[in-house]
Amino acid sequence: MHIVVPIKQVPESGNVKMDPKTGTMIRAGVNTVVNPLDLYAIEAALQLREAHGGTVTVVTMGPKAADKALREALAMGCDDGVLVSDRAFAGADTWATSYTLARVIAKIGAFDLIVCGERATDGDTGQVGPGIAGWLDLPLATYVATITEVDPARGRLTVERLVEEGYQVLELPLPALLTVVKEVAAPRLPTLRGKKRAKVTEIPLYDSGNLDLEPTYLGLKGSPTKVVKVATPKVTRSGTVVRALDEAGVAAAVDQLVAFLDERGLIPAARPADGPPSGGTARAPTGTAADTGGRP
Amino acid sequence: MSFVWTLAEQHEGRLKDVSFELLGRGRALADKLDTKLASLLIGDGVTHDQLESLVRRGADEVYAIQDPRLAHFVCETYSNVLVHLIETYEPSVILAAATSMGRTLMPHVAVRTHAGLTADCTELDIEPGTGNLLQTRPAIGGNIMATIKTPDHRPQMATVRPKSSRPLPDDPERVGKVIEVPLIDALVDERVRVTGYRRDTGDFVNLEEADVVIAGGRGMKKAENFGLLRAVADELGGVLGASRDAIDRGWLSYPHQIGLSGKTISPRLILTAGISGSIQFLAGIKTSETIVAINNDPDANLHQVADFGIVGDLFEVLPELQRRLHRRRQGGPA
Repeated sequence: MHIVVPIKQVPESGNVKMDPKTGTMIRAGVNTVVNPLDLYAIEAALQLREAHGGTVTVVTMGPKAADKALREALAMGCDDGVLVSDRAFAGADTWATSYTLARVIAKIGAFDLIVCGERATDGDTGQVGPGIAGWLDLPLATYVATITEVDPARGRLTVERLVEEGYQVLELPLPALLTVVKEVAAPRLPTLRGKKRAKVTEIPLYDSGNLDLEPTYLGLKGSPTKVVKVATPKVTRSGTVVRALDEAGVAAAVDQLVAFLDERGLIPAARPADGPPSGGTARAPTGTAADTGGRP
Repeated sequence: MSFVWTLAEQHEGRLKDVSFELLGRGRALADKLDTKLASLLIGDGVTHDQLESLVRRGADEVYAIQDPRLAHFVCETYSNVLVHLIETYEPSVILAAATSMGRTLMPHVAVRTHAGLTADCTELDIEPGTGNLLQTRPAIGGNIMATIKTPDHRPQMATVRPKSSRPLPDDPERVGKVIEVPLIDALVDERVRVTGYRRDTGDFVNLEEADVVIAGGRGMKKAENFGLLRAVADELGGVLGASRDAIDRGWLSYPHQIGLSGKTISPRLILTAGISGSIQFLAGIKTSETIVAINNDPDANLHQVADFGIVGDLFEVLPELQRRLHRRRQGGPA
């Protein structure tokens, strides 16, 4: 199988600093990593390769320095990397990004599967994966938690996707596009051998010179959406903090908490005095013990 | 047809609450634009009375495309139906829920119709003068709020977080039309097949649509102790959530995870116990209406963002809280 994994380089999330004057992100000096949610996509692709043979190609669009993200993926075991970088691509929204990536993937050549992370931790939209499927008219399954079965000979794939009601089971023909969630696989660490190989692997550069692109679909200019304002929300709320250091303190603190919840209308109405213990209407809207789940 | 559309959602023939929340948002926009509001339902088995309820909650028109082949969300077919309707009626604004369906369907449709799409909006407004939709959303883990518009492309599309607004009250006096639109066979794409659903009844949770979430972290110490949280959740009508730490220790399953690699939620109340509040966790709860924290560390990040915090031992506080709530709800003094 040939599997393509589009990834994104993002600022390390613990490290994000905002310029209080401009309200924009300070990128200088901030460490970058492979989008943590893309690691699940890389791992899922590597496991499929191990089970069925083939190659895994990682693709990223970004500045030239995004080369580092590709090498991290190569160190984990991916076979090839493709860097998509051009000034003309800068400032692209998800529409323009998915267009450019779709053209790149089409140029890379025949593939069986595209696996994407659910979303990137900086932009946080989750729109590029489904967008690529739209551009390439590929069967799509999002929020995939389990890849149950792959049958490359029949060209079919069975997956379970995490939806609001549980797991939806889908059968798709190949080639297809999946976006995956954390549950799909636990990412491996890069190996020493992988790191050595990553260092010497040649990474081709794709830009507007060697891709067949519609120039009005690119970058900031080709993006239907425009950012008009960026603001930094207040981080803290003016909350009450109560200390409960001993038994009397706990009782007093809980008193205050119950009063607080009551004032905000967050305590469901009392059950009918002689009704069945689990039948109160107050619990109906958001579910009962059966819905709360969890292993005892 | 109307210029502002909202996308209703159904599961097994029942409308989801988020359909009504979207109508509340859509109504405000349609009134500002002095135009009509339509609710679109793609699905199967939703009764006429339920469709009427969309009118009573704010729609001027309801377009229902119902067919057994639309019973389950399959992106390709739903996308074909929506693209066809957009090309036919040219709406100006389309709002969908930021659910597993909305977040899949809308980007697919956006690339096909050359539309602008903004994910996970928390505020929507109309720009005076131009009539453009102003879409405000948190980004970079909730560290910034970005306001975005689509000046030159139509439709202007947005997904909106479930529970981030209240639906309008049910108004039996409201009048509107319910129009059944037949499904055109050529729009059905049979490549992807839904073969079933799996729901692990003991351990599954619909966090994003819950009003109340009771969440535990590393401070819960072991899986058995989540019973304390469950008891409080039962009193408050809530569901259980957890931090990544607790999930990675296997105390609850992944659908319970809140934060950057789990769910982003906006419930009316989130009560946390034994969670210090990493940046990744806070990103998942920042738009919640009320945040309560119980943690023995006065310097825990969660105490900085909570509306109400208790610095104390959760193993003493939680049982006491459960007892008070229980007595309270039995009609006795708290």
